[in-house]
Amino acid sequence: MIPELGHFALILALSMALCQGILPFVGVHKNNASFMAVGNWAAVGQFVFVAIAFVCLTTSFLQSDFSVAYVANHSQLDLPDIYKVSAVWGAHEGSLLLWVLILSSWTLAVVRFSKHVPTEFTAYVVAVLGLLSVGFLLFMLLTSNPFDRLFPAPPDGADLNPLLQDPGLAIHPPMLYVGYVGFSVAFAFAIAAMLSGNLDRRWAKWTRPWTTTAWIFLTIGIALGSWWAYYELGWGGWWFWDPVENASFMPWLAGTALIHSLAVTEKRGLFKSWTLLLAISTFSLSLLGTFLVRSGILVSVHAFATDPTRGYFILAFLAIVILGALILFSIRAPDLDSEAGFKLVSRETFLLLNNVLLVIATVLVFLGTLAPLVAEAIDGSKISIGPPWFEIAFAIPMLPLVFLLGVGMHTVWRQQPQGSLAAKLRIPAIIALLLGVIIPGLFYGRFGLLVIIGSVGGVWLIASSLLEPLRSLRREKGTAGLPRAVWGMSIAHLGVGVFTLGVTMVSAFNVETDQALSPGGTIEVAGFEFEMRELRNVNGPNYSAIEASIDIRKDGEFIGNLHPQKRQYLVQQNWMTEAGIFATWNKDLFVALGDELGNNTWSVRVQYKPLIRWIWLGALIMALGGLLAATDRRYRTRETS
Amino acid sequence: MARHWWTVIGFVVLLGFLAFGLTRDPNILPSPFIGKPAPEFSLPTVLDPEKTIGTDVYRNQYALINVWATWCVGCRQEHAFLLRLAESGAIPIYGINWRDNRAEAMDWLQQLGNPYVASGYDADGRVGINWGVYGAPETFLLDPDGIVLYKHLGPLNRAAWEQDFVPLINGGAKK
Repeated sequence: MIPELGHFALILALSMALCQGILPFVGVHKNNASFMAVGNWAAVGQFVFVAIAFVCLTTSFLQSDFSVAYVANHSQLDLPDIYKVSAVWGAHEGSLLLWVLILSSWTLAVVRFSKHVPTEFTAYVVAVLGLLSVGFLLFMLLTSNPFDRLFPAPPDGADLNPLLQDPGLAIHPPMLYVGYVGFSVAFAFAIAAMLSGNLDRRWAKWTRPWTTTAWIFLTIGIALGSWWAYYELGWGGWWFWDPVENASFMPWLAGTALIHSLAVTEKRGLFKSWTLLLAISTFSLSLLGTFLVRSGILVSVHAFATDPTRGYFILAFLAIVILGALILFSIRAPDLDSEAGFKLVSRETFLLLNNVLLVIATVLVFLGTLAPLVAEAIDGSKISIGPPWFEIAFAIPMLPLVFLLGVGMHTVWRQQPQGSLAAKLRIPAIIALLLGVIIPGLFYGRFGLLVIIGSVGGVWLIASSLLEPLRSLRREKGTAGLPRAVWGMSIAHLGVGVFTLGVTMVSAFNVETDQALSPGGTIEVAGFEFEMRELRNVNGPNYSAIEASIDIRKDGEFIGNLHPQKRQYLVQQNWMTEAGIFATWNKDLFVALGDELGNNTWSVRVQYKPLIRWIWLGALIMALGGLLAATDRRYRTRETS
Repeated sequence: MARHWWTVIGFVVLLGFLAFGLTRDPNILPSPFIGKPAPEFSLPTVLDPEKTIGTDVYRNQYALINVWATWCVGCRQEHAFLLRLAESGAIPIYGINWRDNRAEAMDWLQQLGNPYVASGYDADGRVGINWGVYGAPETFLLDPDGIVLYKHLGPLNRAAWEQDFVPLINGGAKK
């Protein structure tokens, strides 16, 4: 009964989405306000029905209703309740449902918080979002219905993939999707701007907080995914340049370019057509990411079930949405020649450079991800492009970006007064050169060109980001403080600096060893001694495991104890590695069990990872900066300019 | 005017590549053994550790080598078909019991039926590595000279048998 309710709710949601996608267009065409308003109500209705469907599916999971095929394939009686809930989005059908739920939530938010935007404009935005929803609901109902029944119902389910039975992965996909899908709002605003001809700077101002908010979630989502891969996959890596990771990273890069070019469009009315194209591209990359993940077109560690019909459906959807948007853009963009100019040394120039470099990075990741496909299409060869290629290709645009960024955020619009930059940036530059050279030598005892570049760059970013906030704190009482947006910018860029330092140090000074170890044995890594005290068997709710107890000592002094596990999940019978991680602010000590070599001896992977936490900390700081910028006063007040 | 249309053209080209990508099956991994002699092996059988099964037993006839394990869901799925195939006498099936437990493997054969002429017991998966096994089930088709003609990934069923195996056997027999 409950699954049928859910199925029915999805059909009703589709009809609501159709109203939402069509009636506002009619309303605008006939200049009929009530038709325009119908779209808003349809959006509310769509949200309600999608939410009902979502609750129904969750209920089926919690009740372990294995007559629902999706539940039978991705759950099991002994699965802990929290993972029964997260299993809802653990595979294809359910993650689509989550996608649509998030899309309709964003739509609801747009309806609620766009009172200052002209009704006609909102009508377009809501209609575009409705049409996107129609596409996804149709996709779900026609090819991927999560409520399909299974007869006869199996007595027990096939269990959730053990890799996904982890708190990090329970929240990573929702975060990622909120970000991914959030760019649909920027997309809808861009389409609405082109359709309504509202192409002055106002649309950029309306879009900015939405785009930044989506970007915040995507940043957190990607960071969570990286953190999960680090401790759950058992290799100690934090980024693998896997096609699915790239699929989330490309919209992030393009989205980062977009939030910066929106700033130029809002403040100066420049880069208008470029910003429109970026808004289209960012969401298109989100859709493309979905296509890559869902169609199984690229082989990946994240492989979901593959089904060519689904692939063709998404491809057709992609073609309609993106081609439509690009054709509209090609018709509209030529009218958008900018009137204002700017001088060479100005904020505009630096933001232009930012965009160019970020877009180059996006294109490189894009090429690397799709190169195997293109190569096979052209001459049938199977090639694979690995992390080394990506690391070099990605560093080429990113290193200049790090150095330019520290200058760029201190420039002013139009034209920078001569000499003012040098005076302002002298101190951070000196700090960066001193600390950047000293840190690797002093703490890690080694130098290298790339390390120095990375650490100077990281310190430079941190120092130059702190400049404005520090000045503001020292200002005389009664003078105006920094606007929240400037705080946000400074903090986000500080996060980039923290991230850069983390990446540099962990890439340069990571120590990693695989050794055989049995109880009583000791391994020494980077000055730390790891002694295996004992091995024992432990049992979890749906797995049994071998657990090692490992003491860590530094200079003979006990500093911590780790319990890495090798788990075997009982239903799917696959082995998972649960790493033991001893984390402090400046390093992680990472121990993972490899394979049993016999005789109670195990191959053990021990790693010393300096500053690795700074990678995720940097991402969180960026997100915090975004949050401050998105909640700046000028977005919270009614239309003024 | 025309300079903005490059975006549309670029995307159409991309769509072409993506559409091409859909036409191919990412699960097909070329086996380096196809057209080459099957790797030599010698394993104790599952049912009797005293006896061994090795490369020589299936020479001079077409044969299937099926990699299976009791923990593998796909193997359970294809088991009924393997039984029917063995009963029909179309081809002898040899098993490699891969990374498994002997007692459980014996139970399995007793309860579900035994389609194999014999199964080698490859507890540590070493033979599986030599044969380039990615996961169970996998099925190799060998010709009378012990050359690997075909490798099937995943559960075997009648459609796959008739479409992929039978033509190879008939084609080879005519030569």
